[in-house]
Amino acid sequence: MVFGIPGGTILPAYDPLLDSTKVRHILVRHEQGAGHAATGYAQATGKVGVCMATSGPGATNLVTPLADANMDSVPVVAITGQQSRPLIGTDAFQEADICGITMPITKHNVLVTDAAEIPRAIAEAFHIAATGRPGPVLVDIPKDVLQEQTSFSWPPELRLPGYRPTTRPHGKQVREAAKLIVNARKPVLYVGGGVIKSDAHAELLRLAEDTGIPVVTTLMARGAFPDSHEQHLGMPGMHGTVAAVAAMQKSDLLIALGARFDDRVTGQLGSFAPDAQIIHADIDPAEISKNRRADVPIVGDCKEIITELIDAVRTERDAVKAVDLTPWWDTLNSLRETFPLGYDWPEDGTLSPQYVIERIGQLSPADTIYTAGVGQHQMWAAQFVKYEHPRTWINSGGLGTMGFAVPAAMGIKAGEPSRTVWAIDGDGCFQMTNQELATCAIEGLPVKIAVINNGNLGMVRQWQTLFYGERYSNTDLGTHKHRIPDFKLLAEALGCAGLRAESREEVDEVIAKALEINDRPVVVDFVVGKDAQVWPMVAAGTGNSEIMAARGIRPLFDEDL
Amino acid sequence: MTRHTLSVLVEDKPGVLARVAGLFSRRGFNIESLAVGRTEYPDISRMTIVVSVDELPLEQVTKQLNKLINVIKIVELEPTASVQRQLVLIKVRADATVRSQVLETVQLFRAKVVDVSPEAVTIEATGTSEKLDALLRMLEPYGLREIVQSGMVAIGRGARSITATAVR
Repeated sequence: MVFGIPGGTILPAYDPLLDSTKVRHILVRHEQGAGHAATGYAQATGKVGVCMATSGPGATNLVTPLADANMDSVPVVAITGQQSRPLIGTDAFQEADICGITMPITKHNVLVTDAAEIPRAIAEAFHIAATGRPGPVLVDIPKDVLQEQTSFSWPPELRLPGYRPTTRPHGKQVREAAKLIVNARKPVLYVGGGVIKSDAHAELLRLAEDTGIPVVTTLMARGAFPDSHEQHLGMPGMHGTVAAVAAMQKSDLLIALGARFDDRVTGQLGSFAPDAQIIHADIDPAEISKNRRADVPIVGDCKEIITELIDAVRTERDAVKAVDLTPWWDTLNSLRETFPLGYDWPEDGTLSPQYVIERIGQLSPADTIYTAGVGQHQMWAAQFVKYEHPRTWINSGGLGTMGFAVPAAMGIKAGEPSRTVWAIDGDGCFQMTNQELATCAIEGLPVKIAVINNGNLGMVRQWQTLFYGERYSNTDLGTHKHRIPDFKLLAEALGCAGLRAESREEVDEVIAKALEINDRPVVVDFVVGKDAQVWPMVAAGTGNSEIMAARGIRPLFDEDL
Repeated sequence: MTRHTLSVLVEDKPGVLARVAGLFSRRGFNIESLAVGRTEYPDISRMTIVVSVDELPLEQVTKQLNKLINVIKIVELEPTASVQRQLVLIKVRADATVRSQVLETVQLFRAKVVDVSPEAVTIEATGTSEKLDALLRMLEPYGLREIVQSGMVAIGRGARSITATAVR
């Protein structure tokens, strides 16, 4: 499966695609769509996603999705055409130094200067993208190289003397970690996206149940541990649950598994989890002690680490009596009961965006895959849809790429055609990439898009409300005031079914209707109030202990729980 | 901040220098000196990089460097356990009245004169950066017309070879 658009320099690679029975090429409308589709495909299936573009603007349009895949460690291979070798460096038509441009935002990239090297370059790209800490790899091939004749042998020999990712954890480190785990009074399993990438969810469940330790799942790890599980405290971070944020703040031992202590999780680093020792397990040694010093570093693949950790903890438990976690759970349960996730209906009688998202989650099949854009709707989708399985929540975490949802949904549906795919999108995000709905309609990818239409760049507006004295500079998109565009009509113009809900009564009916339509994509324009806010919230630059459950309510600030 | 010398073995491929240099600047580190050259293996080059950073950020930048696919091995060379050398070419104003004094300084530093003209001499000197700084300070009063300085190169003392252990 390849997502792409042909053009001058990549033409020689497209010609044989016409005869290929093995490779399905999906002709997208914008290269950014190809990149996000490849990312969505990769995250849904666990396989490498592939996108293809021509030189110059085709290649530079891949920059955003490649940066996105790099931040979220998604295995993607991008193949770009390049101007012919004699023209490189002459500012030729559609020439751009895409290797130079993408150097800081790819795991690796390479300019192939010899036709005989193409098979090896492609094989190495797939190997590098998929192994170790996954990431995007770009292969740039000049047109005259693509047109050369060469002898082909497969599989080629990989020559990567500088690339040897460590997957097996160090036994001594695992034993050290086990010692800390059985002796901790307030441990927390801090689960990141690496657990999903290494398919370690089953092992995580076993470790959690063996030890009884509370679990938090980051934005990238939603679905790594069932939301319905009583040990799950929810998502930590800027818009995490009070219980999850408080658990980390009060913890004496954080067991970080495939997580990277991102600033959106830690808040102000200096005051993050002040009393906690840190076990940090990650496949990327550069992540360990990058932001927070690890007491026990473990480099390796999460699946192998957790498997060994389970045994080591059992052995350790036989030797010493494990600490009773009841007092810890009492604290956490009381926080969980006092500050559950929730929302108020808008006072102006408008539709609640949280309710819409919650109902989509409740009415859709259990194996539905959700994706989102970036902003308020993304946070609500992370909070109010309940995730039970890995790879059912796919979003742009690290880069925060608005416009991710529609093309990602396209890639997800292409990889998992039998499953329902919902893109929870915002009206701002939707207007950045909705052209790919034409692709979805023509290529038979019936995705479902819920536009949480509050007429504004909602998250920016929320910050303006809270931190800029309600001065709403350039956040009103006019989608309410003028109904431009009319998303229902736009959907129909793009070959999709267009639906709309503006009141609570219409929500279930419209979702049911959307779920019934499977012969083309569906867009539902959910017209919601503009004043709904994402809570809880840790304001940027403040410490996690200053988390606000709602505006002005700081549960951890005054009382000492 | 302390000064660290990194000996970095890289694959001899186009763009490697840009990758390494870009990584340093992107992560906010200033390269004091950089020298790239061949090794005893045709497809491996060595970069000798001098940076002034604290211990913790150094560890981070080393780890990030290690992530570059074309980087094969990184070794930090301690000043006491390695030989470190830089080369400098100095064009100093030296007419007949002061030339003998300049030449005396050249001798003291075991440097040599590689070019001479009626108004100036060009001096070649090698050594640690401290020695070269001292030489420059001594020559400064005569008038430094131009200085061309190479990056630092360094090799570990003793029989062991970084390259040999890397390719094994």
